[in-house]
Formats: sequence, C-alpha cells, structure tokens
Amino acid sequence: MNGTSKESGSEKVMATVTGRPNTYLEAYGELIAQRQERDPVWLRQLREDAWTRFHAKGFPTTHDEDWRFTNLAAMAKIPFQRAVKGSVAVSAREIEPFRVRDAACQLVFVNGHFAPALSELSDLPKGLEICSLESAIDCGMVGAAPEGCASDGIEQHLGRYADARRDVFTALNSALWEDGAYVRIRRGANIPEPIHLLYVSAGAGAEIMTHPRTLIVAEPTCHAAVIEDYVSLGSEAAFSNSVTELVAGQDAVVSHYLVERENLAAFNVSTLRLEQARGANVSSHSILMGGGLVRNNVHPVLSGDGAECLINGLFVGAGTQHLDNYMLVEHAQPQCSSRQFYNGILDGSARGVFHGRIVVHKDAQKTDAKQTNRNLLLSDNARIDTKPQLEIYADDVKCTHGATIGQIEEEQLFYLRSRGIDEVSARNTLLYAFAAECLDRMQDPAAREFAEGLIRERISELARNRQTAVSRAPVEEEEVQHWEEVR
Amino acid sequence: MALLEIQDLHASVDGHEILKGVNLTVNAGEVHSIMGPNGSGKSTLAAVLARRETYEVTGGRVLFDGKDLLEMKPEDAAREGVFLAFQYPVEIPGIGNAYFLRSALNAIRKHRGEDELDAMDFLPVYKQHMKLLEMDEKLMNRSVNEGFSGGEKKRNEILQMAVLQPRLAILDETDSGLDIDALRIVAQGVNAMRSPDRGFLVITHYQRLLEYIATDFVHVLVDGKIVRSGGPELALELEDKGYGSAEADAQAALSA
Repeated sequence: MNGTSKESGSEKVMATVTGRPNTYLEAYGELIAQRQERDPVWLRQLREDAWTRFHAKGFPTTHDEDWRFTNLAAMAKIPFQRAVKGSVAVSAREIEPFRVRDAACQLVFVNGHFAPALSELSDLPKGLEICSLESAIDCGMVGAAPEGCASDGIEQHLGRYADARRDVFTALNSALWEDGAYVRIRRGANIPEPIHLLYVSAGAGAEIMTHPRTLIVAEPTCHAAVIEDYVSLGSEAAFSNSVTELVAGQDAVVSHYLVERENLAAFNVSTLRLEQARGANVSSHSILMGGGLVRNNVHPVLSGDGAECLINGLFVGAGTQHLDNYMLVEHAQPQCSSRQFYNGILDGSARGVFHGRIVVHKDAQKTDAKQTNRNLLLSDNARIDTKPQLEIYADDVKCTHGATIGQIEEEQLFYLRSRGIDEVSARNTLLYAFAAECLDRMQDPAAREFAEGLIRERISELARNRQTAVSRAPVEEEEVQHWEEVR
Repeated sequence: MALLEIQDLHASVDGHEILKGVNLTVNAGEVHSIMGPNGSGKSTLAAVLARRETYEVTGGRVLFDGKDLLEMKPEDAAREGVFLAFQYPVEIPGIGNAYFLRSALNAIRKHRGEDELDAMDFLPVYKQHMKLLEMDEKLMNRSVNEGFSGGEKKRNEILQMAVLQPRLAILDETDSGLDIDALRIVAQGVNAMRSPDRGFLVITHYQRLLEYIATDFVHVLVDGKIVRSGGPELALELEDKGYGSAEADAQAALSA
C-alpha cells in the first residue's frame, strides 16, 4: 500500500506544459528505430510504457508538491539533443584528473555512450561482473554472453523498482536510456575497492541530453562499493537524467556514492532506487558540488526484515546553483532502520532543498527512522528549504527528525584567529569540519579518501570568499521545521 | 619601551560606550591585575586587546611593543605575541585539539621566520605541557573544548598559552568556575611562564586568584575607567570593602 500517489496534481500539471520542445519525441523516434532489432520485447514494452507516461505528464511544475521548490520551466524549454555515439573525441589525458585512486575498475561513458578505450576493466576482482548495459542487452539478444557480461539477471530487475509511473524523470530515462553500467556482485564476494562509474559530458556544440541507466545487482552476503560520478569537460550546458537501480540481496553490504561535479551550466537529475532484502545494509552517500540545477532523488525501499539503510549527504552550492535533495524512505517490513544525515552549505545566491519523506507501511512495526538536516548559510541571499514529512500506517514505530539552519559562528572564527590562524584558514577549518561530518559515515577507505579530496578542494574555494556572513549570536542554530504528517 | 601602552582607550559595542578612557602601561616582566565589578568593561578591554571585531574602538591608541595594536587583525596580534585566555573557551566541533594548536603554533612560527613543526616534533611538547597541567591525554584528539568540563576548558587555555609562548598574556576571568585544585593547577601554569620578557594582564572579579599568582600591580576598573591603581595590597582591601568603596574613594580623590 502506498499513499504517495499525486495523480490528480500531476494531471493538472500536464496541461500547463505545452511548450515542451519536440526534441524528446525526435530522440524517442530515433532510438526506437535504432533499437528495433536489438531490444527484447520486454524492454521495448518498458520503453513504450514509459514514453507514454512521460508524454502524457510532461515535466512537473512548482504546483506539484514534490517539485515545489524547484522550477524546471527554463530547463523544459531547452531543446536538448541526443549525443551521437563517438561524435566527440575524448582523450585518456582528459579523463585522468577524474580517476579514483585504488578503484577496482572504472567504466567511462562519454555523453552517455560507453567508451571502452577510456575504461579500465583489467584484473577484475573475483565475483565482480561488470559491463555496459547496452552490451549486456545486445549479448543477451544473441544468446551468447561473453565472460564478464552476464545478462541473465537483467530482465528480472531492470525497471522493476524505479517507478516510471510515479516519476516523470524515471519515465523519461526508461524510455530514452541508451547505455549505462550493469554491475553484478556475486554471492559472498568481498570487493572493498570502489567500482567507479564515470559519466562525462563533453561539449558537442549542441546542448546534449543523456539518460544513463545503471543496474547494480548485489547478491546475498556480498560486500561492495560503487561510485557514480558526473563530470563535465568544457562549459556547455548538458542535461543528465540518470536512474540507478540497486538491488541488495539478503545480508549484502553495499555502499553507493553519487558525486556531482559537473560545470555550473549543467542540469542533473539523478534517481537512486534501492531495493533491500532481509538484513541488507545499504548506504547512499551523495556529494553534490557542481551542477547548475541538481535534483538528487534517493528512494530506498526496505522490503526485508531487519534491513538497514544509511542516507548520507553533503551539498555545497554557491553562485546561482540550485541543489534539491528529495529523499523518500519506505519502510515496508518490520524491524528495519533508516538514518538520514544531510548537511548543506550555501553561499552567494545558491538555493538548497532538503525534502525528507518517510513512509512507514502497515506491516513495518518496530521501524526506527531518523532524519537530520543541518545547513550553513554563508550569505544573506542563500536559501534553504527543508521539509520533513512522515507518512505512517503502523503504530509501533520510532521516527525522529531535526533540521537546523545556521551561519558560521563569529565566536568560533574569532577563537581560531585569536590563536594566530588567518581568517581564510579559520573559515576553511570551520566549513570543512561541518562538511566533513559526512566522511565519518563512509566505511570504504578508498571512496572516503576520494570524497575527502573533493570536499577539501570545494570548501577551500568557498572559504576564500570574504563576504561570508557570520553569526554573532552565541547559539545560532534553530530548529526550523516540524514533521508534516501525511496520510 | 613598554610592552603594552594603552592611552585613553574608548570602545563601544552596538553603539554603547563600554570603555571610557582607559590608560594603562604594562612593562615586560610585570603582572598587572584588573579587578572590577560585573559590567565594568574588564572583558571588553581584553577583547579589544585581542582585536575582536565586534568591539568598536572609538578613541585612544594602544601600542604593543611600539606597534599600533589597533591596526592589527586578531591573527596579526596573536602572531606578534598577544594571547587571550578566554573567559568562556569556545567549542569547535570537528577540529582536533592537538591539530588546532599545532596549526596555531605553526602560523606564529611562520610569522617569526621559524620552521613549521610536524606532528612528530609537536606531540612531545604538547604531551609534556598536558602532563604539567594534569590534563587527560585523551583530550588531545577530541574536538577543541567539545564536551570538556569547565576546569578542562580553562586548563586547555593555559595549555595553549604555554605552547604558544606569547609576549603578553591576557587572562580573562580564568579563575571563574574553578575549584581550588583546578585553580592551583592553572596558577602553577601561569607562574611557570613568568619571565622578564613577558607581561601578564590578569582580569579577575575575585581576589582569590591573586593568592596563587603574585601580582605586581592592581587596577580597579569601574564603569569603563581605571579608578584606582596600587600594589597587591589593593586587592585585599577590595575584598574587604568591595568595589563601591574604591569607586567612592576615587570620586573623593578627584573632587578633593
């Protein structure tokens, strides 16, 4: 049972989005023609249903409760184009700065297309199967999957969790995806080094859209970490609309890291759908640093007894960046716990959103759900909207939340400076300490070190801004929101 | 040349004048105590000397080692050798105590043209001072002042002072909230640092601290001005008669 449907609201929305460019329709037409011979029937059906859904609903407006704080009007008007495979040459040297040290392997996609020459797939750890999703589908069609390209799990999982009916971006992705990663971690495999999926948008003269689709199947009792990383080469606007389905089998321990470090013209919508079996322990870590307009959807469903989920995030925005985090945590079975910790730092005229919705289904007794969102606003023009929501159908549950908004404390800044530490370093130290809280919750050493480097770099940029607002009140944090109860 | 020379210092907070013409000279090697009732401007004086920007200087001048202190930012004053032991040490979550102090020391050493210390060189010095102040080594890697007891926070201030070796140490009510044992340890830490080229400004509300720290001069600050100055015996007198009498005596002396 799920009471989240917003059907009536969405139908209303549909009528208002009429100026949608027809490049989506063109892209769909081209893709269907291209994939005619290669997509299996079930996939063709998936695309068709999803397209129908997208076509009917169109992009949401701010009248849609789930999009209240994020206006897509400007984005919806841009005639984004599909990227032609191989149309932009990217060299290994250009990719080098984005590599993750000590990664188990690296799959590189350029404008949504798998780039084998840039990828690093030698010496794969035992129990890891990884390939591009398109090639897995193609192999499956000819019926002879080569080693490392096992497509037999795809039909069972792809599109079974991410809900194209509920969410138009999932619908758009499900209709238009061309490639992405297929990762399968075999039962009991222990792969501590992160699997790095690098999605590169590279200027192609036109405004490119990509719809990366990732499927991660973590079989029972395995242990793995996946980094999904979005970067830009050049400064052109691009639209990335990704969907990742991560299926965690019984007692699997899996971490997913989303890193958004695209240029400031980028539009990035990502949807992470986590499906957790009994006892599965899944962590989602989001590090949002770049992008102009970013929407980060994280949607775990705890559908086995005793599953645990950690949702950990940091978003850092400046200028006119808009960083929207939409968390939907569904407790479907008893004895599950979920923890959400999101910290935001906003400078300039940046705007952040934290929307944390917890749904506790009828059978999910003994649910333990916690949510914390802390924010630092460094300028008078920065803004955060934080919205905790609880939708509850069980009676024996524990749900808590807290949200705070504050500034750098003048008192702390002065204390550091009074010991000889210069102002920029002092500010850097304080901002970093706040940002680094998310690092303490990362259990994978190589991924953590990677995240630490990204955060250090971004924070030191912010610290150099001397216009930072500081708070003179000794205790500056305030509780800002109460649960909104939805039934 | 005096270490610190304060001339007719006026300062305001949010438009309210707190210091109304303070004059004070501290020479190297001397310990000066500033006493006075609550709200007389003692902590404001300390904050202005440490260059806290929320306090606006509206008149007068302050020379530190002959340099214009009022032109300095807090970090500049610290690097020149001014140290303020806070009345309410600030908690800084997420920053390790030892890491913080090493960063501070290195900022000061760099300013002096000395080599920076790495963790290997720094830790023995740090631990040795912790031991002298009877501090638990566990506090070393905890966040700055976070979850410290009142006494631990004050000892941490003295620890920082001992490591940073300032030329002028300002202790802002370091005795407040301390039990006798803690007070004794803190005072020992201060006494160990007395030297011919270092000056102290000890701000206190009570005479008690001065039983442990031998002071050379006592000044009484009332309503933003120093109304009386004298030797250590003045502290005892104040303890007996209260600040009201000092103020009245000063008024009488002025009108006589």
